[in-house]
Amino acid sequence: MSEIEHHDYDVIVIGAGGAGLRAAIEAKGRGLRVALVCKSLLGKAHTVMAEGGVAAAMGNVYAEDNWKVHFRDTMRGGKMLNHWRMAQLHAQESPDRVQELEAWGALFDRTKDGKILQRDFGGHRYARLAHVGDRTGLELIRTLQQRAVSMDIDVFMECKVVRLTTDDDGAVNGAVAYWRPTGEFVTFGAKSVVLATGGVGKSWKFTSNSWESTGDGHAIAMWAGASLIDMECVQFHPTGMVWPLSVRGILVTEGVRGDGGVLRNSDGKRFMFEYVADMFRAETAESEDEADRWYDDHTAGRRPPELLPRDEVARSINSEVKAGRGSPHGGVFLDIASRRTADDIRKRLPSMYHQFMELAGVDITREAMEVGPTCHYIMGGVQVDPDTAATAVPGLYAAGEVAGGMHGSNRLGGNSLSDLIVFGRRAGIAAADRAESMAREPKLNQAQVTEYIDEALAPFTRDSGENPYDLQHELQELMQANVGIIRNEAEVVEALEKLDELKQRAANVAVGGGRAYNPGWNLATDLPSMLTVSTCTAQGARDRRESRGGQTREDFPKADPELGKVNFVQRQPSGRGFSSEITITPEPLPVMPDELMAIFEEESK
Amino acid sequence: MSDVVMHVWRGDADGGQFEEYTVPKQDGEVVLDVIHRIQATEAPDLACRWNCKAGKCGSCSAEINGKPRLMCMTRIDTLPEGETITVTPMRAFPIIRDLVTDVSFNYEQARKVPAFNPPPRPEGGYRMSQVDVERGQEFRKCIECFMCQDVCHVIRDHEENKARYSGPRFFIRYAELEMHPLDTNDRRDLVREEMGLGMCNITKCCTEVCPEHIKITDNAIIPLKERVVDADYDPIAWLGRKILRRTKRTAEQAAVQPD
Amino acid sequence: MTTVENPATRVDNSHTPVVLGGTRGGPDTPTLRKDRWWLAPVITVTILTSFVGYATWAAFVNKNYYAGSWMHRDLISPFYSPCLAASCVPGASHGPVISFWTISPALLILIFPLGFRMTCYYYRRAYYRSFWWAPPACSVSDSHKSYSGESKFPLIFQNVHRYFFYFGLVFNVILTYDAILAFNQPGIGVGVTVGTLVLCLNATLLWLYSLSCHACRHLCGGQVKSFSAHPIRHKFWKLVTPLNAKHMQFAWVSLFVVALTDLYVRLVASGTITDFRLF
Repeated sequence: MSEIEHHDYDVIVIGAGGAGLRAAIEAKGRGLRVALVCKSLLGKAHTVMAEGGVAAAMGNVYAEDNWKVHFRDTMRGGKMLNHWRMAQLHAQESPDRVQELEAWGALFDRTKDGKILQRDFGGHRYARLAHVGDRTGLELIRTLQQRAVSMDIDVFMECKVVRLTTDDDGAVNGAVAYWRPTGEFVTFGAKSVVLATGGVGKSWKFTSNSWESTGDGHAIAMWAGASLIDMECVQFHPTGMVWPLSVRGILVTEGVRGDGGVLRNSDGKRFMFEYVADMFRAETAESEDEADRWYDDHTAGRRPPELLPRDEVARSINSEVKAGRGSPHGGVFLDIASRRTADDIRKRLPSMYHQFMELAGVDITREAMEVGPTCHYIMGGVQVDPDTAATAVPGLYAAGEVAGGMHGSNRLGGNSLSDLIVFGRRAGIAAADRAESMAREPKLNQAQVTEYIDEALAPFTRDSGENPYDLQHELQELMQANVGIIRNEAEVVEALEKLDELKQRAANVAVGGGRAYNPGWNLATDLPSMLTVSTCTAQGARDRRESRGGQTREDFPKADPELGKVNFVQRQPSGRGFSSEITITPEPLPVMPDELMAIFEEESK
Repeated sequence: MSDVVMHVWRGDADGGQFEEYTVPKQDGEVVLDVIHRIQATEAPDLACRWNCKAGKCGSCSAEINGKPRLMCMTRIDTLPEGETITVTPMRAFPIIRDLVTDVSFNYEQARKVPAFNPPPRPEGGYRMSQVDVERGQEFRKCIECFMCQDVCHVIRDHEENKARYSGPRFFIRYAELEMHPLDTNDRRDLVREEMGLGMCNITKCCTEVCPEHIKITDNAIIPLKERVVDADYDPIAWLGRKILRRTKRTAEQAAVQPD
Repeated sequence: MTTVENPATRVDNSHTPVVLGGTRGGPDTPTLRKDRWWLAPVITVTILTSFVGYATWAAFVNKNYYAGSWMHRDLISPFYSPCLAASCVPGASHGPVISFWTISPALLILIFPLGFRMTCYYYRRAYYRSFWWAPPACSVSDSHKSYSGESKFPLIFQNVHRYFFYFGLVFNVILTYDAILAFNQPGIGVGVTVGTLVLCLNATLLWLYSLSCHACRHLCGGQVKSFSAHPIRHKFWKLVTPLNAKHMQFAWVSLFVVALTDLYVRLVASGTITDFRLF
């Protein structure tokens, strides 16, 4: 093998979405050598897909709002499965993180007195989401990207990390990657590695996620010795497009409902009033009149049920469709046309207007949209220390969607963007601290590097074998059918058996052509991650015998208070890598201190 | 339903040719769907760049029937029925393989932009009014598909100009910064002397291809050109500066990154 | 604009050289467009050439540009107003005259409206595309070996557009005055003829064309960094911005109408037609 390109850095950040960029900015600000490695071009990460806003209790619209209310909303939305400390840090720090973005050039919509305007979203008691129309994610990533570029951070674009390298003590000391444009390998030596690789949604058929969301970070972290938690908790966003088929799954922002849109079934009925769970009854409107008063003045009525947390709304839509009251293409109707003026809609939801106009030929200022649940986000992820984002592997940090714990069993809309900047920064600080404390440059183990490269190149060595596209397709069908929004024991167990088969077939994938920009090969190197995280999700779905947030079991339709006290933790205790065994064990949640518990007790009085 | 016949450019820096693919037509499909079906069946190694497939990330830019378009937002049924569809890579950038081009020119230009430089953040955050942020927000809709750069004849037809021309995408960036109510820099001489604003002859193709419908020419480039006139070509403005003892920044002074 | 001293470091562009060269993808043809992209340039060339042809003839012909009191009218062609030469037809001139100018008075003033249109951002787009082929249409290759746009002599003079705009305003005032005078029918009294309406329409369209101009939008308020700090200029800017969006339409319509106005006055002055009196 010829000489392999190699770079040494203090900190490498894998993934250039919001969390990765924020971490890199923090570490670079300390004067360290920082590299940002990403699978796509810079600025294309999945963060751009976030539409509605970034949640931060700044109290610009409702002065009553503060971090405690945000903390409460987050924990309740997550059905108390969240790591309390993460939820606390997130609620306390997000206002400052959001305002910091403005110093770097972000332009959020304003209140009349010139402060950042905040909008309503599901599960948030007060209007709390700082936003820019319906393209807040784009604003966030562009702001961070421009900041990172102005700081002269080295960016390795279209460069896919296949494995993390570890030293004899089990600490991470670098990564092996390949350049997608050339197919040539590149290795990184690093004192600290921050994972910010995002989610796993590409393993489902109907998904709002792009091709990138293959769970690379989850998988390489586990293969390096980290543990994953709550992997069964997958969020299905209630409103994805359902027609035409080719765009099925593309997101319709929750902002449509925040701005007055309502869900109707084929009888024209606002069905969400039928599906208010006891937990939310006290704060949800009982009649359409009351709900409609709320939009203008939150003290004049209670919240409309369309703005319940996402898991509730997604399940309700699912039930309506199953009961035969769905729309012609198997969704329900999301109607804003009859409730807001055409000008208002175009101004507040410009990209939704264009998305429907151009892709579906539907004018949302005149007709209702057809929507249905779509795989959106994984709450579970790499287990981290809340304050430092450190994983179980020394030198490895994780932030953003790839990290678990923050959102419990269900994430509130708007909490993902704030998660990125709060924990991205914390991961950057901790990674920089470690890098500064290490005197010597890490040295990669060449045998390990060679092994990982051979592993990635294996599909080229086979003259015939499985087509990676077929395998991906089968995986997506399987996860959609058996580990989708509603699950049961038999289907999940069957899925695990089939996943085993797929794993064996994946070890026999063959690709043709050269290494330069070969999407077939690129997909073949994504499959091990996809299958690993899908297995984790299916295992968790099997063992969490209850319904809670992103885990809904039709054979256990209620939440089990005992299971509400544990995380399901997954590891590879014996042997690491794609083909090694994954174990799953319930472990107790960290105990919330009394002063935080008091926030919930106050309320129940 | 009938078939879609697509001529797709296959090749790399060593040369290439059109390959013909025929796939059955499906309801509501976009060009990118057809490319994906070709990948999954006939040509697994057909290279194309894409991410969100919803017109939000700007990755899948290509030229469809000779015009820059996002493949994910071009519905097959909007193209002339029964005619062959040609899909080629963006013309202004070097080819990597098939439909993928090397767009690093744009990232090099991005590094040259002196970033936003505000006064220190006051307690409770900056105050700005909606009318002021709206001007910049239009330009920040940009999804960096680089089709405006691709279609701009200044670099599309004159490779040598790339050394001294930042292109429409970055003119809207400069316009956004110059119109930012809190920005303290002054990049007018910089855009004239080093970013090649004067080379733009406002033929408006950038505006025509923009998938975000940003009025690049009318709202960014022409206002920038007028600001450059203020700074460099208007004797009355010059006299005004002398009388009021105001200074402007030279290109060199402007080319600073904030701390 | 005040300079705020900044302690930050200078951008070091040296390490990000722009890499030139590399093979372009796609076939080596000027365009792959199959639609009728050539239609727009052909139309533009036809109209602009016809206008220039007509205007040149009308400017040199030096007669029939004024229908005066002998016809009980006060109608002057916009090509000849203000009529500043000693050779002006009696009654056509309202102010000082330049005694040594003996050829057509139109040639004395036409440079101003011509300059305004030549440097107009919209017309620049139109003639760069259709006459210069730089480029003839989007994603059709331009036919020039090298290209420096408006960054060098002589095209750098396009930057004087705002001065032509100022002159244009003066002309608009004069042509508005002419339109008001057109209500006067010497020997009959005040009234309205078709000619009055034509001159009024012409003046109105010229105002719309000038006020919708990009330089005007900039000077009204576009040049400020903060609208909220300049509320009055913001108001002006908001008034002209919707006009600016229609600048192209005003450019074409006012061009037609100015030529038609000249033609109308010419036909009346030469006695070919009678200026119909409405009341």
